[in-house]
Amino acid sequence: MTNLNEQKESTVENTQLGQRYAKSFATLKEQNSGAFIPFVIIGDPNAEQSLAVIKTLIDAGADALELGIPFSDPSADGVTIQMAALRALRSGINTNICIELLAEIREYAPHIPIGLLLYGNLVFARGLDNFYRDVAAAGVDSVLIADLPIRESKPFRAAALKHGIAPIFIAPPNASDDTLKAVSKYTQGYTYVLSRAGVTGVDVPEINNEPTTTSAEQLIQTLAEYQAAPPVLGFGISTPIQVKDALAAGAAGAISGSAVVKIIENNLDNSTVMLKELSQFVTEMKAATLS
Amino acid sequence: MSTLSEKTEHGKKTNKVKETLPAYFGEFGGMFVGELLVPALEQLEQAFIESQTDQAFLTEFNDLLTNYAGRPTPLTLCRNIVKNPLAKIYLKREDLLHGGAHKTNQVLGQALLAKKMGKTEIIAETGAGQHGVATAIACSLLGLKCKVYMGAVDCQRQQPNVFRMKLMGAEVIPVTAGSGTLKDAVNEALRDWSANYENAHYLLGTAAGPHPFPTIVREFQKMIGEEAKVQLLKQEGRLPDYVIASVGGGSNAIGIFNDFIKEKNVKLIGVEAGGKGIDTNQHGATLVAGTKGMLHGNYTYIMQDKFGQIQESYSVSAGLDYPAVGPQHAFLKETGRAQYVPINDDEALDAFQSLALNEGIIPALESSHALAHALKMAEKVTEKTVFLVNLSGRGDKDLAHVNAIISPETAEVSPVKHRGEA
Repeated sequence: MTNLNEQKESTVENTQLGQRYAKSFATLKEQNSGAFIPFVIIGDPNAEQSLAVIKTLIDAGADALELGIPFSDPSADGVTIQMAALRALRSGINTNICIELLAEIREYAPHIPIGLLLYGNLVFARGLDNFYRDVAAAGVDSVLIADLPIRESKPFRAAALKHGIAPIFIAPPNASDDTLKAVSKYTQGYTYVLSRAGVTGVDVPEINNEPTTTSAEQLIQTLAEYQAAPPVLGFGISTPIQVKDALAAGAAGAISGSAVVKIIENNLDNSTVMLKELSQFVTEMKAATLS
Repeated sequence: MSTLSEKTEHGKKTNKVKETLPAYFGEFGGMFVGELLVPALEQLEQAFIESQTDQAFLTEFNDLLTNYAGRPTPLTLCRNIVKNPLAKIYLKREDLLHGGAHKTNQVLGQALLAKKMGKTEIIAETGAGQHGVATAIACSLLGLKCKVYMGAVDCQRQQPNVFRMKLMGAEVIPVTAGSGTLKDAVNEALRDWSANYENAHYLLGTAAGPHPFPTIVREFQKMIGEEAKVQLLKQEGRLPDYVIASVGGGSNAIGIFNDFIKEKNVKLIGVEAGGKGIDTNQHGATLVAGTKGMLHGNYTYIMQDKFGQIQESYSVSAGLDYPAVGPQHAFLKETGRAQYVPINDDEALDAFQSLALNEGIIPALESSHALAHALKMAEKVTEKTVFLVNLSGRGDKDLAHVNAIISPETAEVSPVKHRGEA
């Protein structure tokens, strides 16, 4: 209908937008590989342990990080992520502390792309301009707001671009062509492709025969036509085979959230085992990206 | 450049621009949901717009309201409860509607919309259980599968309604996540809908949530005010001075307010749950004591900390125990067209007992908040004043709960001290 995809919102000032993603994806492509991106809630189960968790993910080979600021009512997430958020909040985590931790993580890993995933009210509460300014200063590359569809996104995009943050949008399996065009136009850094309907983590398939990637393949082709930023597949990714399938379907990477958070949940009283299992999980998932 | 593309994005170049409803009331409202749910909400918006000119739909809706639910509901002038001879209180008797509360009105409307859209299953959330019961009623009648999410705490508080829903074939799913109350039930319902939107309609229970729910629910509840206006003109010969209704999410209030918004001399008062007092942190008075923010798909007033984490609300009345409020009420407050006040648990419990004792009507605890405020005002007026109170539901569901509060040592109802006698 229109050529929405032809005009990205970038301006001269923000040509650096999502540069860490661009470099990372380019390097991976040269290696004929894809990105493995683990997700955890910042501050789960508390600030100190969370920092150790995130450093472990980096050391074990994560290509990028997707980090959540905990919210009391995460209605687009399943129970695993909600419990992680509530653990973090109970330990006294708030947005200020998250931003401090983000700055520490950035210092620890200067080149890794860091994406934030959170709910809109946390952004409203800080003020849009303040929020994007502060997370940019902490070294965040992108922000995805779970309850912000394209049709409500204009002021958020403006604030993001002003502060050099890449706004990320979700391409869901049921999207109309117009929506996919708009997603392609506005998402920068990467495109979050939903492998299926629903919320995060629920009905995580036991093993490989769940056809989560078949609809994704079509979606990824359409996004490529509209020159969207590299597609990264998320929702219900918990096994190396799913990572392989995601890349085979044309994704530039895969995000795994609930499976990672589950390892934290299962080892709350044993930090050493928690970190060891996380490291092992990331190593296996990363290995699946190398063909 | 971006302006140009925004224009084309909104369909300037297309031949047929789809008709849509305004998604905002001033700065409040909107459709803050994951992209995944946008098509389902837009489909609902289209179905609603079409239904408003669909004679078959309107005929069936009106037939159900009249011959099944029992509309119009009466308007009752209180005989005994008001001691001040200058004051008159009229009750709009939604308590007499089938199902026991105003909820049935809009549930029938939405259930018919769901059928129109070809959905076979209904997902709903409920606080006091009244919306769940109304939904179970409509699903049983119209042959829809019914799943109701209810906070585990609320299931305890409202046992009879859980049984009612089950009797009518609904599956009641207790929600233990979070605080186990209405907001958590809404989260669960949204999650379920995210996975099942193709076959399922989310039948939201109040005039809140993402667009188009606040508008649809108001349109399916506005007959309350329209009827009351006609009835009052007939019985009293004039419009009321005050229209008073309780506000949790805000559907009974917007239903009775809507037709009076244009009557500039009629004052509109929404009564929120003051709980144990708005200076404590145990209340549900979102408009009185909350701040602007976003919860469950719309920008409105909410109860939150300074970082935007949602705080637990509290009320003796499960139906008012919600930390957000419909966006149109936020707008009516902001523009000054309506005023919002708190009534605390004790005042509501007094009004509950007083109406039973003086008028032979047992009101819902939600409606008791509105009544309590009207009684408070009625005592003080110095010139002839007519109050219209939305008696949004009946109190049968609250009997065990109230009994436990006012006479905890016995399981039986014992005589209670009545405010007017004290």
